Amino acid sequence: MSHRVIRTGESRSFPDAHPLLETASASGEVLVLLGPGAGRALAEVADRTAHTAILVELGVECLGVHTGESRGEEGSNVLGFARFRLGDAAPSDLVEIVHQPATTPEALAAARALFQAAGLKTAVCGDFPGRIVDRLVRPYYNAALGRLDARLATAADMDLTLRLGLGYPEGPIELLERTGLAAHHDVTAALYEALGDRAYAPARRARVAKARQSEGV
Amino acid sequence: MTETITIGVAGSGTMGTGIAIVAARSGHPTIVYDVDQGRAEAAVGQMKAFFAKSVQRGKLTQAQVDEIMGRVVATGDIAAMAPCGLVVEAIFEELEVKGRLFAALDRVCGPDKLFASNTSTLSITEIAARSGRDDRFVGMHFCLPAQLMKLVEMSPGLATSPESFERAWKICDAMGQRPVKTQDAPGFILNCFLVPFNNDAIRLVEEGVAEPAEIDAAIKGALGYAMGPMELLDLVGLDTQVLLCEALHGVTGEPRASCPPLLRRMVAARRLRRKTKRGFLSYETTAIFGA
Repeated sequence: MSHRVIRTGESRSFPDAHPLLETASASGEVLVLLGPGAGRALAEVADRTAHTAILVELGVECLGVHTGESRGEEGSNVLGFARFRLGDAAPSDLVEIVHQPATTPEALAAARALFQAAGLKTAVCGDFPGRIVDRLVRPYYNAALGRLDARLATAADMDLTLRLGLGYPEGPIELLERTGLAAHHDVTAALYEALGDRAYAPARRARVAKARQSEGV
Repeated sequence: MTETITIGVAGSGTMGTGIAIVAARSGHPTIVYDVDQGRAEAAVGQMKAFFAKSVQRGKLTQAQVDEIMGRVVATGDIAAMAPCGLVVEAIFEELEVKGRLFAALDRVCGPDKLFASNTSTLSITEIAARSGRDDRFVGMHFCLPAQLMKLVEMSPGLATSPESFERAWKICDAMGQRPVKTQDAPGFILNCFLVPFNNDAIRLVEEGVAEPAEIDAAIKGALGYAMGPMELLDLVGLDTQVLLCEALHGVTGEPRASCPPLLRRMVAARRLRRKTKRGFLSYETTAIFGA
């Protein structure tokens, strides 16, 4: 299945060379819109039905922001996607594909096939803030930072416990240090705004890191 | 160098048996106690079966296994626990029952002996307060399966003396385990994070965000976890997750620890775990993960 890529600025999902970009053609059955202006680029697509699927790279926003919503029956051949990425770390191999209630099965299948052919893993979810991974990990990271403040254990012992006890590749504190506490703040603050759930309210240590970043420290 | 003390294990379920394997394998005389002598003997039978596999896999020789099992005694008589330098309790999670057990042990074990609880959710301080020796009492939470997992979460209660904690730490170390120190806080480290995390995953299913298999695929693909939360829940058992929720939420009031309604419905529908072939996921076989 051929695909065309339109870039609208720097893509968080594909910041560097990748087979998905290298195999793109001038026209294609699947249209991939990358970058912060992907939603605006969708509005400029003259004939959306000319494609099996149109894939819009998402930030923290819902796909419905770009497609509109209607009575819980919205959906077409337009899907959202984002490659999961923590802070400034390299993007993971996981692409979250966002569908709407009436998304066509053909479009969904085409999206999965395209990303998997490019060597990526996929997970499909509904159009909700935080999709799957951020919805799950941000409260966990906030809780870890909070427990560190509460002296539940040292950072090293918390990380070691999660690695040995659950087989996680990294503990939460070392992971946040590696990928950036300020970046965690930005994502979890956006989710707190969207969901209104206190579990997403940035932990104190994340707020401190963000304040320092804002002051250029 | 830590002295080779006798280690008592009170409780002969899966955790107790695993802890007894760890104790005996590390060279300690080991006494497995259960109020039902037959259950204690069955646990020793399971230990023999475990070590027989170790011989088959070339990890131990039969002579080594004979030596290890020569150190193991099963008993239904609590008075037989008198020689134990450390007794690790691994019975079900009920404060008053644990308290009565430790009170009975306190009557038969000398004053210099240490007590430990393998509880994963109850307060060490509260159990210790019922033991008659709260200054010589520690939390030692082994991970399941104890015979394979090195990690032990060790917690002092409010009254635990530093000397007792240090002694227990050294014994844990001498058992070949990797102790980490945590506060005596609900769920310690592992369950404090894992129970709410798994509940959050259930809520995503409940809210229609994603199907269970997609959630697992996302977490494994994004973070490199060996198992996704839904697979893990099916392995541990959804009924067990309900108990963990009740224990944690009961003492913390933490919203994320509260039992999701879908979880209760799954348990009511007997979609309990991988072993029953139906949990959040469906299984064609019931083979143990990684076997």
